[in-house]
Amino acid sequence: MSDETETILNPSSPEGVAPFALKDCALIAIATGQQALTLKELRDNLVTINPNSIYHHFWGGLLEPRFEEREYNNDFASWARRGLHDDKLAERLAMVDPSFYSDLEDLRQELLDIIEERLDESEYLPWMLATEPFEFIRAQIVVFDTDMRVERPEQLGELMPHLSTSSIFYHFIDARRRLSDSSDDFRFWLASFNGLYQELSTQLASIDPYFETLTELRQQLTVIFQNCCLGVNR
Amino acid sequence: MNILETYARVAGEEVLDQLRQLAKPLQGMNVVHVNSTAVGGGVAEILTKLVPLMRELDINASWEVITGDEEFFQCTKSMHNALQGNQVPISGSLLRHYEEVNADNADKLRSTLEAADFVFIHDPQPAPLLNYCPNRKGKWVWRCHIDASHPYRPVWKFLQPFVNNYDASIFSLAAFARALPHPEYLIPPSIDPLSDKNIDLELNEIDAVCDRFSLDRQRPLIVQISRFDRFKDPVGVIRAYRLATKFVPSLQLVLAGGSATDDPEGKIVIEEVKAAAADDPDIHVLLLPPDDHRTINALQRAADIVLQKSTKEGFGLTVTEGMWKGKPVIGGDTGGIRLQVINYHTGFLVNTPEGAALRIRYLLQEPDKIEEMGKKAKEFVRENFLMTRHLREYLTLMVALLHSAVDRIELG
Repeated sequence: MSDETETILNPSSPEGVAPFALKDCALIAIATGQQALTLKELRDNLVTINPNSIYHHFWGGLLEPRFEEREYNNDFASWARRGLHDDKLAERLAMVDPSFYSDLEDLRQELLDIIEERLDESEYLPWMLATEPFEFIRAQIVVFDTDMRVERPEQLGELMPHLSTSSIFYHFIDARRRLSDSSDDFRFWLASFNGLYQELSTQLASIDPYFETLTELRQQLTVIFQNCCLGVNR
Repeated sequence: MNILETYARVAGEEVLDQLRQLAKPLQGMNVVHVNSTAVGGGVAEILTKLVPLMRELDINASWEVITGDEEFFQCTKSMHNALQGNQVPISGSLLRHYEEVNADNADKLRSTLEAADFVFIHDPQPAPLLNYCPNRKGKWVWRCHIDASHPYRPVWKFLQPFVNNYDASIFSLAAFARALPHPEYLIPPSIDPLSDKNIDLELNEIDAVCDRFSLDRQRPLIVQISRFDRFKDPVGVIRAYRLATKFVPSLQLVLAGGSATDDPEGKIVIEEVKAAAADDPDIHVLLLPPDDHRTINALQRAADIVLQKSTKEGFGLTVTEGMWKGKPVIGGDTGGIRLQVINYHTGFLVNTPEGAALRIRYLLQEPDKIEEMGKKAKEFVRENFLMTRHLREYLTLMVALLHSAVDRIELG
């Protein structure tokens, strides 16, 4: 039985819900040539850096080689700890939630406020040399259609373990930048089912994607989709 | 089964779907890679697989090798060292010869290069080719495999005008990039898990290689595989070994490497290494043919610990290879080694022979640690440094270049 036939046979399938278009993406990093060896240089660079670079340093790391758990959820906080050895600044920067800000300019301003506050607090930080430079990187993202269409969330649950990690990145992470309510593509689609998948949507919203690898995130999404779809009364 | 399908068994089917999707807009395009050696060294190894893989994705990929005489390669070896920071003045006549050799090669390759949709020029040796192809129609990319972060300035000043005119460049790490007037993409290199150098070997093959070189399988073995190059610090490795043998007298050391056709300095360094090894029967200095990949594979697998005590390193593919064999790596705290060796997880970063000796002692006392770190090292490579990831980034770069400076490109 084809997926299409299944959907047609399902009497409770809401009419007019467009199938979910599974996409994938690939990122390619680009050196901006801008780097900082002091906190003041980081601040000065942040004023003018391409907003795409700010995005990359919050989220791009998920698609880059890294080891084990992320201690901090963005590269600025990591550098404050590992390059500048300033734990206070690292902790403050680590608590910046990029999805809280309506656009990257607001996020830039928040970072600048935190850094300037710390520069004011410390006599030595404005001139202290970091043990490693902060390299500003930006990225180009290429998005492509996998040509796979999913009619119902149950099918998505079955497909989830087989999706590439970059597809997870596109739909669950990158979507936060694309969608006006900073949610993700899955929740955006589930909203079309008139509350039928409310529990699934709530559980997806509760995932904190900052500290997981994409592989772990995929596993978490699989479990949530499969468990929540079991309880849906179609 | 084609090569791509074989890779699916190691990297996963979804990776192949992704490659096919990304390659769609590039199908039928002519892509030419140019470097200066067909065998020996990391670049040749990467191209050996990257080019056929591109072809399987219906991209017309080819690989050209420029030719040169001894004088040319002396010049380019000096350039290589100068880009890595050594103060190596190069005479005007040698630099003129470098340009002449490139002009001669351009005469042979011009029609292919000018007609190509993408040309990837690897490292400084063929960099001037672009200047001799005035009717080029495609995008030209300079791929720098070297850590050029702190070059000897007069040599960089000579090279930069050749590089400036490219449409883009590629560096292995952001820290290696130079200020250039075009996008500088960041792509770490990779290893081929199915090549003779990395494929799983039967125990009896490993034993046979050890027998051939009189290595005692019952005694601890440390191995450094790399070209005989001062930046790889083989003499420092011998010092580290000597310091460690005070605590582990049964230790054996293998220093093995091939010689690339574009590296005339290798012979001098080998003599230095042999002199440092003196008559110690447990130091094995092996000069292997550049295509003796299975022997290198077996030596890495026979080792308890893999060393790469470089003082300068582009990326350090031998580190990746060692990790892929499930070995902890003691590596120099430099360049791309830092991206791979994570202290207490996949190995140790060191700055001196003393530091290397300390970590050798520590690990040989803790066999469980060797096993635990080796497992982590292998998984880290599987996720990040296999050929499929490398190919994906080349495809992404080519698609990105077709769309110029746009941050977000939607295909289809």
